[in-house]
Amino acid sequence: MNMEFTPDQLQRYHRQMILRELGAAGQQKISDAKVFIAGAGGLGSPAGYYLAAAGIGTLAIADNDLVELSNLQRQIAHNTERIGMLKSDSAQSTFKALNPEVNIISITQRIIAENVAELIRDFDIVVDCTDNFAVRYLLNDACVLMNKPLVSGAVAGFKGHLTTIIPGQGHCFRCIFEEMPPDAEEPSCRQAGVLGAFAGVIGAMQAMEVLKLVTGAGEPLKNTLLIYDGLKSEFRRVNAPRNKDCPVCGDDPYITIPGC
Amino acid sequence: MAVKVRIPTPLQKLTQGREEVEAKAGSVVDVISDLDAQFPGLGERISENGKVRRFVNIYLNEEDIRFLQAEQTAVKDGDEVSIIPAIAGGSSR
Ligand SMILES: [Zn+2]
Repeated sequence: MNMEFTPDQLQRYHRQMILRELGAAGQQKISDAKVFIAGAGGLGSPAGYYLAAAGIGTLAIADNDLVELSNLQRQIAHNTERIGMLKSDSAQSTFKALNPEVNIISITQRIIAENVAELIRDFDIVVDCTDNFAVRYLLNDACVLMNKPLVSGAVAGFKGHLTTIIPGQGHCFRCIFEEMPPDAEEPSCRQAGVLGAFAGVIGAMQAMEVLKLVTGAGEPLKNTLLIYDGLKSEFRRVNAPRNKDCPVCGDDPYITIPGC
Repeated sequence: MAVKVRIPTPLQKLTQGREEVEAKAGSVVDVISDLDAQFPGLGERISENGKVRRFVNIYLNEEDIRFLQAEQTAVKDGDEVSIIPAIAGGSSR
């Protein structure tokens, strides 16, 4: 570990480096980390923003959608001038402007079974900010099989979910949610609506989970599902143990290749 | 005292918009039957032939009933039952 910081870095990261739980060693771990964010929407915008701000060494942001006017009430990585631009490119330039030190990679491919392993291979942690169950299960399976921590966040209406999956240390997404609801095809923000600030809470918490995993500070949200009710300002935790019958992380798994 | 049941947003149209309702103690199956008697149609959305649908999670207090005695898990007065569907929104579209 190379603990040499430039004067600019010492200034930029001063407020987090003086945290006892982080220190210079924690900052070095942040600078060495490689994080893959799937989705540059209402969750990926704040998650990526805060991770770039914190100085994550390499940040990939994957999204194949274009910025639309209706995205801008919540997707704060983009702006009005970027309508029509690829979201991953827009997020890349926003995060780069905030922190030019971060190596930000824009991934414009859609995440599918055929490329998921290749896309996440070089990263330490995956952050699920996507908007559909098929990709959620795909990222989960790939992370379990490739032994990568996965920070999963989701929002619909005023309900948000957050959980941190550490393969080999407990549950996975399929252990909690065995099957996708039959009416789940439609992207849920279009269906249920969402406030930007509400998505921002979960997205910022996803960034927190990543920073805790990277630095070793605190306790990751493993084996737990956190449920946020924005209208009541209420956080609840329910236990989410590993399911021994889980198709991917159970005792006798039948999913051995992501997407199969 | 009864059992407090938390109804998820998509099912609140069956409970006149109420997020919290009450049910009589018993097994999880009994709770679902009681809910369906009070709010017709609710039972079918949660379960089928006495089995909780696989895309619906039911928690007794903080525990997923699949890791307790599933549908036969005993629910006492004062307990809280939460019905929690998976959500997928990443707030992208
Ligand atoms: Zn599992």
